[in-house]
Amino acid sequence: MYDKIFPPKQVVLPSGKTVLEKRTRLPLILIILIAATLLSVNLTGFSLKVLFTRLSQFFVIIGQMIPPKWEYFPHLWDALLATLQMSLLGSIVGALLALPFAVLSSSNIVRNPVVTSVFKTILSLIRTVPTLVSAIIAKFIFGLGPTAGVAAILLFTLSYVGKLLYEQIENVDMGPYEAMESIGMTRVQAFRYAIFPQVLPGYLSTSLFCFEGNVRYAAILGYVGAGGIGLLINENIGWRDYSSVGMIILALVVTVYLIETVSEHFRKKLI
Amino acid sequence: MTTVEKQLLAAPRNYRYILMVTVIVLILFGWSLSAVNVQGMNQGGMKIAGNILRGIFHPDLDLLLAVSKQSVLYLLVQTAAIAFLGTLVGAVLSVPLAFLAASNVVPKPVSWLTRLLLIFIRTIPALVYGLMFIRVTGPGPFAGVLTIGLTSIGMLAKLYVDAIEELDTRVLESMTSIGCTTFEKIRYGIIPQLMSVFLSVTIYRFDMNMREASILGLVGAGGIGAPLTFAMNGYKWNQVGSILIGLVVLILIIELMSNRIRAKLVRG
Repeated sequence: MYDKIFPPKQVVLPSGKTVLEKRTRLPLILIILIAATLLSVNLTGFSLKVLFTRLSQFFVIIGQMIPPKWEYFPHLWDALLATLQMSLLGSIVGALLALPFAVLSSSNIVRNPVVTSVFKTILSLIRTVPTLVSAIIAKFIFGLGPTAGVAAILLFTLSYVGKLLYEQIENVDMGPYEAMESIGMTRVQAFRYAIFPQVLPGYLSTSLFCFEGNVRYAAILGYVGAGGIGLLINENIGWRDYSSVGMIILALVVTVYLIETVSEHFRKKLI
Repeated sequence: MTTVEKQLLAAPRNYRYILMVTVIVLILFGWSLSAVNVQGMNQGGMKIAGNILRGIFHPDLDLLLAVSKQSVLYLLVQTAAIAFLGTLVGAVLSVPLAFLAASNVVPKPVSWLTRLLLIFIRTIPALVYGLMFIRVTGPGPFAGVLTIGLTSIGMLAKLYVDAIEELDTRVLESMTSIGCTTFEKIRYGIIPQLMSVFLSVTIYRFDMNMREASILGLVGAGGIGAPLTFAMNGYKWNQVGSILIGLVVLILIIELMSNRIRAKLVRG
């Protein structure tokens, strides 16, 4: 289409052959981007004037967070632990559940295209629902408290790990699997000894990575009443007690950093 | 002894290590089980679950298809606009930060400090930024744009840094040797190497920001999150259904598009 409106440039090579050089699409892409930007600016009420005159307010809040209120630490300890427990439990159970889902979605293991496409659709549908939305729904079902948070994290982990795992299973070397089937192993046995060892490091590494992210997610789930440290953040911002918020954020940053370091250590070992 | 048996015996034995890690994971698992109590869940919970499912399968079609300022369509476009503009702001701000954090561009202490700043930016939950920006701009989509912009920086800058640190400096050396100016080196030596990675990462982040933007409404930062929460708190499950369906369809479309563009970028 684009090539018809702006015909490709003809270049005659020294050998007498003509080749076509396609016109650059940059102008078209730029026009689309600028149009999208203008439309978005319009829709969102973005205004540089407000930004420049009021941005100092943001740093005023940050300024109030420093120094953090150290006395507040004992109060947030329980919530911090609850956040960790939520993300740990959700990640472990979610990653375990992801295993059967991923196997049922891989087209090279399950030969039935209906089954694989149904499971793939389920995984991508779960993945599109934002974690906070599933947390609110879970809150209505399980009541206020960490259980709802665990459910939301579990669903997210299931969809994320499940997707990456089935992509891995579909890309494994099928040679050993076929060889094992041909010497008379059942398909479960062949899967266990031929495919599982190939995907195991990747699976563990994705699960760990997902756990890292889940600690961050768990921190905000409290905002909708799903337990953990988000509840405290919400309360303290509401009371404009920014130095306590600063303490919470500091504790969170340190925890996330520690978990990231540990998990990175194990992930490097796996690969 | 056959070769197969020899190979089998030669395999490293780290049973003790695996056992230890398993025991630690099991202990942690047991510890975290205490977080769950199913007492809150009762007959009411199951009934609500049924209602939610029924609402999702019988969406409020008027709300979904109407064209007005309260309709799902308008709110979805607004959410996409927040995500788009936020990604743009984040990407623009990330480029200088990424160069400041790349250890092959600036001295070690500078890159270390910038990295520390990035870790802080990355860890603070988006909702906290949302609540803070509302104090700056007042409630509305503008606060959402700024929030998305700031949260994007954490991930974008980190991935940009990886790309910058993997720059092939041999290209630059050969350009120096044939007498290119600094500007030419940047234009023909650095930008072509970085552009595709930067774009690909940015488009991926836009995809993620769609999800982030859809929840920011919870704190009053515009987009579809606020009506969704209102509908949920009012137990209007068929409205919830129509909003969720719209959201899921939009996110799936954007994910599909972003995957295709990124595949094209990677292949060149």
